Amino acid sequence: MRFRAKIVDLACLNHFSRVINTIAKLAKTCTLRLTVSKLYFILSDKVANGGVSMWCELCQGNFFDEFQIEGVAAEHNEIYLELVPENLSRALKTAQSAKAVKIKLSNKHCPCLRVAVELPSLSSSSRIVTHDIPVGVIPRRLWNDFREPSVTDFDVSIYLPVLKTMKSVVERMKNLSNSIVIEANLRGEMNLKIETDLVSITTHFKDLGNPPWASEDGGQSSTQGGDLEGMAEARIDIKKLQQLLAGQQVNPTKALCNIVNKKIVHFILLHEDVSLQYFIPALA
Amino acid sequence: MPFSAQPPGSGERYVLAASLDNARHLSSLLRAVHFRDHATCFATANGLRVTVEDAKCIQANAFIQAEIFQEFTVQEESVILRINLSVLLDCLTIFGTSSSPGAPTALRMCYRGYGYPLMLFLEEGGVVTVCKINTQEPDELLDFDFCSTNVVNKIILQSEGLREAFAELDMTSEVLQITMSPDKPYFRLSTFGNAGSTHLDYPRDSDLIEAFHCNQTQTNRYKLSLLKPSTKALALSCKVSIRTDARGFLSLQYMIRNEDGQICFVEYYCCPDEDVAEGEL
Repeated sequence: MRFRAKIVDLACLNHFSRVINTIAKLAKTCTLRLTVSKLYFILSDKVANGGVSMWCELCQGNFFDEFQIEGVAAEHNEIYLELVPENLSRALKTAQSAKAVKIKLSNKHCPCLRVAVELPSLSSSSRIVTHDIPVGVIPRRLWNDFREPSVTDFDVSIYLPVLKTMKSVVERMKNLSNSIVIEANLRGEMNLKIETDLVSITTHFKDLGNPPWASEDGGQSSTQGGDLEGMAEARIDIKKLQQLLAGQQVNPTKALCNIVNKKIVHFILLHEDVSLQYFIPALA
Repeated sequence: MPFSAQPPGSGERYVLAASLDNARHLSSLLRAVHFRDHATCFATANGLRVTVEDAKCIQANAFIQAEIFQEFTVQEESVILRINLSVLLDCLTIFGTSSSPGAPTALRMCYRGYGYPLMLFLEEGGVVTVCKINTQEPDELLDFDFCSTNVVNKIILQSEGLREAFAELDMTSEVLQITMSPDKPYFRLSTFGNAGSTHLDYPRDSDLIEAFHCNQTQTNRYKLSLLKPSTKALALSCKVSIRTDARGFLSLQYMIRNEDGQICFVEYYCCPDEDVAEGEL
């Protein structure tokens, strides 16, 4: 099993760092899946996460100048690693003005991702700062645990409001309640609601628009026909939603969510070269 | 942009109905008195007064006169309600606290009377938030019986003169001692902390002092932990008046100019710390 990669372009490096920072905000530990063409950051829905799952996909070609991988076997040219994204994020913090960053899978005493940051220096030889990030190698027999989750039978699909506004509202609501209800319909309307002994608050968003597939046959089960105004809703952990919104440092190109009534909310945030899916289950 | 959405059931009588184009005119003043969770709101045709108290010896009042509002209607002679101020502030700032000049949050506030919740309608950029905040039985408020005829010493200064001093008060001191006198040291703030005593003197002829009317030398001590929250009001204000009466009761009045240049007042009343023996200095 071998992996080595290199980023030389500063813009790509900063972009990659931003992605890792976002992942670090969403998951304490996650799975990094490396293939010939892509990197995936995966969190599968365990009780320990509160049932939340995440699937983030990047095309390596958009970030890395060099990318070589030799997986566990020829027919399975992939590597699955368990890592703490915060460690990677911290290592990349030292690379803000780096000349190059090399990442290599090494196994000196234990499996590590070795991140070597080459920094500019006044003398002729560069300074190199090396971070060894411990990783766990996930054996092939467990790879099935990390398949892409799919939500096919959603009730409503809707574009999200301006994230800045949604973030402010959710942050305030988080001071007042542990759970939040998201409801939306096929008329482009979404409400965020909290209700406690002290206060009820509802924020109404209009004219959000619904993605084109929202009215196709495959996507709809219960809201077929004329019920455009019917709301699909889910009550979710407000901290999970706040973490998702807080992690978005740059506005996505497209942001939408699919709601399965009383079951789960599936968020999809698309940037030019990164796609992030985040699944928050409804509270019991 | 005037807030035009009609609150539900608007045919019903509201004992208090108010509209404000910029909710920050209200929220920033309320923050200046937010040192406990609960506040009593008192509304008359003149405007709104929000009172917060602590430890039965400090009281802060924020006054927002009716002219600040675009609409302010009180159906009864006075309306009084007790509310969770932290919740109220979270609602008023639901769209965030940073001031984006182009898009102030518009507010409409309605109250149907005793036993009903306070309704808030906030709008920014086409997004509407509706809040229903439960109210409580109003408590009896302290009456400091502070009237201007009993004032012994009074100093008015520009707030910038006090801001740094207040921000840097030695918090390991239990008390803040205020000396006001027609003779030296004129106006002195003292603390007695773990590292030692600190005295900060203001000369009588300082540029920062706008008015100096001291008739008698008075030295009084006040619990610092109770007075420290007044720093928020000081930070917002442009001028502050410091007055003491014969009992040593302290009145701090802060003149606050809002984003539109309108003037509002916040006042703090504090009674002297009785745990300290009179002769000690």
